Amino acid sequence: MPASVAHTSAPTSHHYTTLGLDSRKVAIWAFIGSECMLFVSLISTYLIYKGRSIVGPFPHETWTDPATGHVFKPILNIPVTSASTFVLLMSSLFMVLALAAVQNKEKPKHTRGERVLGNSKLWLWMTASAGATFLGFQAFEFTSFVHEGLSIRTNLFGSSFFTLTGFHGAHVTAGVIWLVTLLAIDYRRGLGSKDSLLVDIAALYWHFVDVIWIVIFTLVYLIK
Amino acid sequence: MATTARPAPKHSPDAYGEHSGLWSWLSTVDHKRIGVLYLYTALFFFMFGGVEAIIIRAQLGAPNQHLVSAEFYNQLFTMHGTTMIFLAIMPLSAAFFNFLIPLQIGARDVAFPRLNAFSYWVYLFGGIFITIPILFAVAPNDGWFGYAPLTTRAYSPGINIDFWVIGLLILGVSSLAAAFNFLTTIINLRAPGMTLMRMPMFTWMAFIVQVLLVLAFPVITIALVFLLFDRFFGTNFYNTVSAGADPLLWQHLFWIFGHPEVYILVLPAFGLVSEVLPTYSKKPLFGYPVMVYSGILIAVLGFGVWAHHMFAVGMGPIADTFFGLTTMLIAIPTGVKIFNWIATMAQGSIRYTTAMLFGIGLVALFTIGGISGIMHASPPADLQQTDTYFIVAHFHYVLFGGSIMGIFGGIYHYFPKITGRLMDEKLGKIHFWLTVVAMNLTFFPMHFSGMLGMPRRIYTYDAGQGWDLFNAMSTAGAMIFPIAMLVFIYNFFVSRKRGEIAGSNPWGAGTLEWTIPSPPPEYNFAKIPTVTSRYPLWEGKGIDYECARINSQEGKTPADLGIVMPYSTIKPLFVALGLVTMFCGLIFARALIGVGAALMIFSLYSWLLSPLEPEHH
Amino acid sequence: MMDSHASMTNLPDSAEGQAHTPHAEEEHAHPDWSIYWKVALILTLITVGEVWAFYVPSFAASRGFVPTLLFLSGLKFTIVVMFYMHLKYDHRLFRVLFTGPLLVASITLIGLLFLFGHLHIKIM
Ligand code: HEM
Ligand SMILES: [Cu+2]
Repeated sequence: MPASVAHTSAPTSHHYTTLGLDSRKVAIWAFIGSECMLFVSLISTYLIYKGRSIVGPFPHETWTDPATGHVFKPILNIPVTSASTFVLLMSSLFMVLALAAVQNKEKPKHTRGERVLGNSKLWLWMTASAGATFLGFQAFEFTSFVHEGLSIRTNLFGSSFFTLTGFHGAHVTAGVIWLVTLLAIDYRRGLGSKDSLLVDIAALYWHFVDVIWIVIFTLVYLIK
Repeated sequence: MATTARPAPKHSPDAYGEHSGLWSWLSTVDHKRIGVLYLYTALFFFMFGGVEAIIIRAQLGAPNQHLVSAEFYNQLFTMHGTTMIFLAIMPLSAAFFNFLIPLQIGARDVAFPRLNAFSYWVYLFGGIFITIPILFAVAPNDGWFGYAPLTTRAYSPGINIDFWVIGLLILGVSSLAAAFNFLTTIINLRAPGMTLMRMPMFTWMAFIVQVLLVLAFPVITIALVFLLFDRFFGTNFYNTVSAGADPLLWQHLFWIFGHPEVYILVLPAFGLVSEVLPTYSKKPLFGYPVMVYSGILIAVLGFGVWAHHMFAVGMGPIADTFFGLTTMLIAIPTGVKIFNWIATMAQGSIRYTTAMLFGIGLVALFTIGGISGIMHASPPADLQQTDTYFIVAHFHYVLFGGSIMGIFGGIYHYFPKITGRLMDEKLGKIHFWLTVVAMNLTFFPMHFSGMLGMPRRIYTYDAGQGWDLFNAMSTAGAMIFPIAMLVFIYNFFVSRKRGEIAGSNPWGAGTLEWTIPSPPPEYNFAKIPTVTSRYPLWEGKGIDYECARINSQEGKTPADLGIVMPYSTIKPLFVALGLVTMFCGLIFARALIGVGAALMIFSLYSWLLSPLEPEHH
Repeated sequence: MMDSHASMTNLPDSAEGQAHTPHAEEEHAHPDWSIYWKVALILTLITVGEVWAFYVPSFAASRGFVPTLLFLSGLKFTIVVMFYMHLKYDHRLFRVLFTGPLLVASITLIGLLFLFGHLHIKIM
């Protein structure tokens, strides 16, 4: 083990920690706290620039290009994004199930339901796939925006929108890579309850990324 | 206990156990050695930034001089500020965080020893990256606060600012990684009984600084990312001309980071002086809880005062009033600390060692900077003072008079713990007095030249505006610094080799780090102590004598004691190298981005999948 | 030596309360499947409600729209953090590490919106 795991009450754990907590869990929470400031800087900028773009396309309003007479419809696609939001929310459910499955790995399982719930590989797969699906939606969204005439250079909205959601997407990407790494470990040597912490910190990160999306979905997509 | 038996190290003051040679330094994960690396590197950059300052002062020594061009002058003051803040003072503080935090809280190392090495290497490579350009006269040239839109491609087309943006992003990674590490260490690796309210004040201030870092650095990271995108990918964040961007966006984001940053720079020095003054006054720190709470209050309020750097932009009466008020409020906890230090010394049996002199110097000189700070906390007064040499005087009194004095005090105080030998006191005192004279001669006249209207950042000026004398004085003062530094450096290196052997507690100090040998063995504490008071060495029953006896033994290897130590590893260095290579790619050749990323990811996986330390049973 | 380490983990951490005794985490019953799926259902329902509100023109134009959406989003945020991130059950240190920065971040956001004229204080 890279460091002590206070989580498992294994008496072999020789590193004393003040709070009896694993240092990695303390660090990931501090990291999440820090990420709050990162995303608030991005979100603030998006909101500050909301409604300040000189040229379209705009998120919620139509815009007619005075030079060409071309009409740009409101660019945000609420139905598609609602679907991707739902997928990301469900990924959080899969994630808690993956963690529970790892934590209860050694408990005997009697029913078929218990065996399904206790299948850590299944839930890690589901989480990672949901994350990848979300990224697919985002790729679709980005490319269709570019086709419709909104790029990161078009206007203030384009710059702040792509940067904010792109940063979020990059976080999801990192999360998917993390989950796939855990899966690889699970396939190679099997994740047991002594590895709970490894999944726990990944899960905290994953949920945090989900929570950020909850905020972005409302502030960027739903509020006009 | 699967540790293989190693040859017993000769535990002379000159060597850290069996460790020596270049490889051992490149692959070390020992917090003490990383602290020493930080110390040397930061001292180097401190002198580099000092040379830049000397050239600046030489140029300004008399009116209408043309020692350097206006363009090069811009590079000099930009790099002087950037170097001193990010490459000298912060890393000097980090040197002490590294060396002291685990020793003060009774831990064997920091929470993540390899991450700690990573922080250092990123700092070193980032520092080199941002420093090299000035040797080719293509250094950043828009000031340490890099105001956009001035820093956008439209107004700064060269690669100068590219180095600045990317360099600061790199250094931010280092600071953040270190901050998570120290935060976790202080929260989670305190020895039994080392409650929060028993922590030495240095560790407390370090704790607060990590919180500030964790909260402030993401903001500048985003501001810099915007600037990077604007410069490289044509986004519009700071494009005020054709896209309608707000010219104040950068200023706000920068100062939301910038004000907490000034406390990041000074609180570690406050912590050091809070160790120095009690030791040489033979009295516990006065008002310990108040010191803690005022530190916390400074951190909290520190996030609500940023716009006092922007009074001149016309934010309107509500914002001006609000930020003026909060700025005056934050002076209160700062003042409280000063009074506590004075009360600590009051009626103490004071020993005027060099460290103590620097401590007293901090109390006196920082106060002057605090007072001028309160002066420009008032928006109407600030309109007179902003962007003049008065501001330069202010922040040099707080940064030199505060941070640097505190750090020198810390160096003299902890040199024996770090090296096992004492520094020469006579030379130390010469260093101190030269520094005090130089400091005041350089910066005090700036209050006057500023009040007489001399703006910051002009490369020369006409005679007859009443500024000549003050500038001549400032320049004369500045020329004394190199002499002071030479005395210091001479003292440092000679004492390291030939100084008097110090023993574990040469100053009769009271905290945990003085219970173990100097220099400490690699595992720090043979037996993790149980702490029952703030100054275990001072308060008779505060110490477990058996434990202290075990811990003061010299020459024991970890294997003798059954202590599992982390493996040394080169991987963090490679991750850092990959990261910096990746960023270099943006400027030099895009192909480097892929190479750097591959190196980084490969080394990172290899690091994360290899065990920290030998398996134990 | 190793034994002494193990015994040290049992020392009480006097000034900071018993919540800090090692392994305290395990004594809390973590929620399980029966709670997790209900949480997911609630999150889905709220999201459906939000999107529905967006498509009701009269509501979307009303003054209550923005506050309602902010509230719902905050609610979802809290539910995920409390139940999926286990903040409700975990060590209180984690609550401090999260809510502290969140508070600073929120206040900074509101401050910035004021400064850039997106929110207004009415005096008199
Ligand atoms: C007593 C508490 C303090 C107060 C009330 C205060 C107030 C101020 C104000 C209002 C300014 C803006 C002046 C202007 O640009 O017009 C300023 C600038 C500055 N202060 Fe302070 N300050 C205090 C302490 C400190 C400390 C402790 C430090 C650092 C260790 C510091 C470092 C700086 C720096 C570097 C600047 C200039 C930034 C720049 O424009 O480049 N101040 N201070
Ligand atoms: Cu400030």
